[in-house]
Amino acid sequence: MILALQLSHFTTAVICAFCASLVFGITQRNEPREMVRYGIYCFIIFIFVGLFAGGWLMWLLHH
Amino acid sequence: MPKTEITASEAAPPTVAATPVTGMVVAAPLLSWLIPGAGHLIQKRWIRGLLLMSAVVLMFILGIFMEGKIYHPNSGDLLDMLGFVGDAGAGGLYIVSRIYDLGSAPVAFATADYGTKFIVMAGLLNVMAMVDAYHIARGRKK
Repeated sequence: MILALQLSHFTTAVICAFCASLVFGITQRNEPREMVRYGIYCFIIFIFVGLFAGGWLMWLLHH
Repeated sequence: MPKTEITASEAAPPTVAATPVTGMVVAAPLLSWLIPGAGHLIQKRWIRGLLLMSAVVLMFILGIFMEGKIYHPNSGDLLDMLGFVGDAGAGGLYIVSRIYDLGSAPVAFATADYGTKFIVMAGLLNVMAMVDAYHIARGRKK
């Protein structure tokens, strides 16, 4: 492949969180409303805990 | 002898009728492995099937376009073999990528490493979709 897709770490993490939340929501709950709620919950956890909190923690460990 | 009543706690537990193993129980997860989301689609879970298909296929294709690595089963490295297990979960996508020799370039930059993880994750998410399709076929989930 000549041109590789270049995405930032943040963008890849958001795409990854979105897709994983979608699958988690559908597979881990029974009712459609619960699926949506659980998917949103997973996405928020991925972004705010996994990405932001994890990022700041690594920044603190590094400095 | 005094007449005794059997309380609910002493009564024998209710027997659950075993769900018969139908063709759908076998076909749904197998089809879901070959084509992500298809296990839900053949059970008329249209929206769920399409969403699962979108998520898995998007991750896999993005991984390929980011020049992620496709693992081979017989590399001899334990971590590579684990990577293969993840990749193989994507089923049909993995087979097609091997046929066209995609993902064979060495991982030379950070984005390619993200791509490798995307491909593994697409496979693992597809395994979750397969299990879900199986549960729907068994009647454990609506």
